[in-house]
Amino acid sequence: MWNVKQLEYGALARRANQIKDELRQGVRKPYKEVIDVFQGDLHRAGMKPLTFVRQVLTACVYPPLINSSNLPLDVRQRAQEELGRCVGESGYYNQTSQIKLYCQFCNVQDIHSTEMRFAHCNILNVLVNREASPRTGVLIPVPCHNKTVLSITQLGAVAVPYYLSEEQGWALQVEELQRALESAKGVCNPVALYVINPGNPAGYVQSQKSVLEVIRFAWEKRLFLLVDELYQDCVYGENCEFVSYKRAVSEMGPPFSGTVELASFHSVSKGFSGECGLRAGYVELVNLDPAVMKYINTLFSKDACSPVLGQIALDLMTDPPKPGDPSYLLYKQVGPENCTLVYVKKVHEVVNSLPGFSCPPIEGGLFAFPRLHLTPKAIQKAKELGLQPDTFYCTRLLEEGGVFTGPGWEYGQKEGTYHIRYNTSRALFKELLRRLSSFHMTFMKDFS
Amino acid sequence: MNHGTALLWKRRALSSLSATRRGLPKEKMSENGIMSRAKVLTIDTMNPTVKKVEYAVRGPIVQRAVELERELSEGMKKPFAEVIKANIGDAHAMGQQPITFFRQVLALCSYPELLSDSTFPEDAKSRACRILQSCGGNSMGSYSASQGIDSVRQDVARYIERRDGGVACDPDNIYLTTGASDGIVTMLKLLVCGEGTTRTGVMIPIPQYPLYSAALAELGAVQINYFLNEEKCWSLDITELQRAVNEARQYCNPRALCIINPGNPTGQVQSRQCIEDVIRFAAKERLFLMADEVYQDNVYAEGCQFHSFKKVLFEMGPEYAETVELASFHSTSKCYMGECGFRGGYMEIINMDDEVKDQLTKLLSVRLCPPVPGQALMDLVVNPPQPGEPSYGSFIKERTATLSALAEKAKLTEQVLNTVQGISCNPVQGAMYSFPRITIPEKAVKEATEKGQQPDMFYCMKMLEETGICLVPGSGFGQKDGTYHFRMTILPPTDKLKILLNKVKEFHQRFTQQYS
Repeated sequence: MWNVKQLEYGALARRANQIKDELRQGVRKPYKEVIDVFQGDLHRAGMKPLTFVRQVLTACVYPPLINSSNLPLDVRQRAQEELGRCVGESGYYNQTSQIKLYCQFCNVQDIHSTEMRFAHCNILNVLVNREASPRTGVLIPVPCHNKTVLSITQLGAVAVPYYLSEEQGWALQVEELQRALESAKGVCNPVALYVINPGNPAGYVQSQKSVLEVIRFAWEKRLFLLVDELYQDCVYGENCEFVSYKRAVSEMGPPFSGTVELASFHSVSKGFSGECGLRAGYVELVNLDPAVMKYINTLFSKDACSPVLGQIALDLMTDPPKPGDPSYLLYKQVGPENCTLVYVKKVHEVVNSLPGFSCPPIEGGLFAFPRLHLTPKAIQKAKELGLQPDTFYCTRLLEEGGVFTGPGWEYGQKEGTYHIRYNTSRALFKELLRRLSSFHMTFMKDFS
Repeated sequence: MNHGTALLWKRRALSSLSATRRGLPKEKMSENGIMSRAKVLTIDTMNPTVKKVEYAVRGPIVQRAVELERELSEGMKKPFAEVIKANIGDAHAMGQQPITFFRQVLALCSYPELLSDSTFPEDAKSRACRILQSCGGNSMGSYSASQGIDSVRQDVARYIERRDGGVACDPDNIYLTTGASDGIVTMLKLLVCGEGTTRTGVMIPIPQYPLYSAALAELGAVQINYFLNEEKCWSLDITELQRAVNEARQYCNPRALCIINPGNPTGQVQSRQCIEDVIRFAAKERLFLMADEVYQDNVYAEGCQFHSFKKVLFEMGPEYAETVELASFHSTSKCYMGECGFRGGYMEIINMDDEVKDQLTKLLSVRLCPPVPGQALMDLVVNPPQPGEPSYGSFIKERTATLSALAEKAKLTEQVLNTVQGISCNPVQGAMYSFPRITIPEKAVKEATEKGQQPDMFYCMKMLEETGICLVPGSGFGQKDGTYHFRMTILPPTDKLKILLNKVKEFHQRFTQQYS
C-alpha cells in the first residue's frame, strides 16, 4: 500500500517549485502566490518564529550581543546560561548526546537529544534484525507519516498496518491492533508498535482510556512501544487532553510501570516553536535493558551530536519564560496563539460544508485530513492519466488553485477511499479556505 | 523438597519452557528466585550488527574522562587540576575562535530584526538577506528541500569550480548534508548489498576515522583494510591497495574505496601522483571512490598541497573523467571554521547512474532536510568576504591566524614527541591530529592482556588517571599488529599544548620505567 518505489511522490513538490519560479518570473496565473501547506512547516506557511527563542539563539551565535541593551535582560541571561553549558560557545560538539531538560518525570540519563530522524533510525536500528527470519515487523497506523514507513522498510523490516477508524474520529481500536497482529502471523515477527499521538496526518488526540488500552495491549503482546508525540502542544478539541505515554505508564503502577518498554519522541519542529529547520528533538527511553542502553549510547555517539542551535531551542521550548520575566507577556501572547482552536474549527466547518468532502473534528496536530468523495468520472480520468485519484485532485488544486497539498495515498488509507492533507496553521488560512472551496466546487461540477 | 530444590526445579522447568513465537523465554528467574518478566528488547533480541558498532573517539576512555571531570568538580583530589580532552577534533571546545563574519551573518539570520542594527557590517547584512530569501517564510526555522537550499548548492558549485581551477561543477550534483558523516553514511547505505561472497566490501585505510568502521558494522558490510605506510609518512601504496582487493575478492564483492585526504588520524597529505594512481586503480578495479576531504584547508607541511580528487579526475581526461564514480565530502566542522556544532556539510557526486541518483534523493528525503543554520554556514564558507568588502580584512586576518597557529602546533607536536625515547611521530602534514607510535614494554602488554584491555588503551587509561589528559588509543583507529599508537589533537592553545606535550613526555618516561 505504501508504494515507496513510486517517485510520483516527489512530482507534486517539483511542480510546486516550478510554479513558484514561474510566478517569480512574472508568468500570469489565476493566483499571485502558491499557498504551500503540504508539509507541517509552520514558518513556510507564514507563522513567525518566537521572538524570545530567536533572541536567545542570536545572542548564543554572536556573544557580543549579550552585552547589548537592545535585548531584554532575561534573553541575555538565558543566552549566557546556554553558552555556559556549551564548552566552546555553541560551535562545538556536545560532550554527550544528553542535554538538561526541565521535565517533571524525566531521568536525564535516558534522554538523547537528537535530530529527529536519527532518533527514529537509531531506535529502529536496534529493534530491527536484518538477518532474522522471519523478518522483524513494526505495527504502523494507517494513515501515517510516509517518512516513517520509508525509515522502517529501509532497514529491512516489515510495516504491518493497523487501520484507525475514520468513522470514530480516527480512533485506535484494540480489536484492530489484534487483527493486525494476527495478519502478521507467518509473514513477519512483530516486535514494536508505533503510535502517533496527537495524530499525523489525521488530527486525533487519543483519550486517556485509549492510551491505557494500547499500553496494556503492548504489554500483553510483548511489543516495544514507539510513540511519536511531536504534536503534544497542538491540542484543540474540546474535552481533549494530551496524555503522555510515559506518564500513563508510570501512573498505571506495577507491573506496567516497571516493564513496558517505551521510546517517546518530541521535537522543536512543531508546537509553538515550529523550528523545523533547526532539526532538533529528543527521545526518552523508559524501562530499557541497561545492557541494550550501552549500545544505544554508542549509536548516538557516532552521530556527532544534534545541531547545537536546535538543542538550545529545545531547551527553551521545555523551559520557556515564566510570569515576571521581561519576555513572558510577548511569549504568552504569541506562542499559544500559533496553535489555536479558532482556525481549526473554521477549517472543519468549511470543509464539511462542501459536497464531496467530509472531515471528523480536528482535535489536535497540525493537519486536516479530509476525505474526498470522488465521482467515478474523476476516478476514471485519474486512471487515464496514470495518477492516483487523490494525486489527480491535488495536482489540479495546485495548477488551478495555487494550493499545494498532499494526496492521501502517500499516508495510507483504506482501499477505495481518498483524502488530502494540508496543514492548518493560522497564516493565510482564510485565503486557503476560499481557494479550496472555489476550486472544489468547480472540480465537482466538472466531474459530476 | 526443600526451598533450594524447589528453586532448582523451577529453573529446570523454565529452561524447557515452550518458546513463544520468538523462541525466547517470556519470564526469567532473577537472583532472589522471583519470576520476573523478560524484556522485549534484550541483548539477544536486538539487532546483532549494532553490537559490532564502536566509536572510539567517544568510547570508554571519554566516559572515564567525563567521570573524572565530575569528580574534580565535586572537589575530589587528583594529580591534575583539569581534564584535557585532546581526543576529539573539536576546535572551539579547545579555544579556537569562530570567524566573526560567519557568526554575524548567522546572528542576523537567526534574528532579522538586527538588520537595522548599525553595529553589523553591510556585507554581513546583505549575505543574511540573501540567505533568508532562500528560506521558506524567510526563516531558518523552515524545512529546506531535501537536497539543500538551491542557492547554497549553486554557491557550493561555484566554490568548487574556483578551487579546482575552473573544472566545471553542476549544482545538481551537490547535496547538502548534516556534517560530512551524514553524506558518507548515506552513500554507504546505497552501496551495500548482496549476501555471503557477494556481500559488498568497502576498502578503508588503516588507520582510519572510526565512523567508517562503525557504519560498515551497522550496515553489515565487509570491511576491507588497506594499510598506510608508517615508514613513508603514512603514504598510500598502490601495491597495498592491490593486495587488499585481491584478497578480499575471495570472500566478498569489493565495490568502494574510501580515502581520507588530508588523513585522519595520520595527517598525511597525498601527492598528486598518488591521487592519480588511486583513480587509475579504482577505474581498473571498478570501485566507487569516496574522497573524505574535510581537512582540505588544514595543510601545513612545506611541499604539501591539497589536490582535490575531482580536479585530478577531470585533468586525467575523458577516459577517467566520464567513467570513474566519485563522491567527495566536505564539512563546516574542521579547517579554519571549526563549527562542528552547526552540522554543516556537502557532498559532490560525479558520474552516478541517474536511477541511483533518484534513489539517493528518496533516501535523503527520509530525514527531511539538513539543519538550515548549517546550510547557511556552508554558504558563507564557500562564499566568504571578497577584497573590497567591509569584512574582508578581519576575515583574512582571523583565518590566517587560525591556520598558522595550527601549522605551528603541528610542528611543535612533532618536535616534542620525537624527543621522547619510545615515541616516534611522523610529520603532521595536515588535518588536526598527531598519531605517534609508542613503544609499550612487555610487562605492560602482559598486564593489559590480563585485564582484557588493548595495550594502548591500558596506556591511555593510565595517562588519563595520572595526568588528566584524554587521548584515543590507536586500537580505536586500527594499526598494524604489534604496533601501538595514540591520537592526540593539536587543538589546545599553543602554551597549553606545550604543557600537554611535556606531561605526555613525562608520563611516557614514568610508564616505561615502571614497566621495565
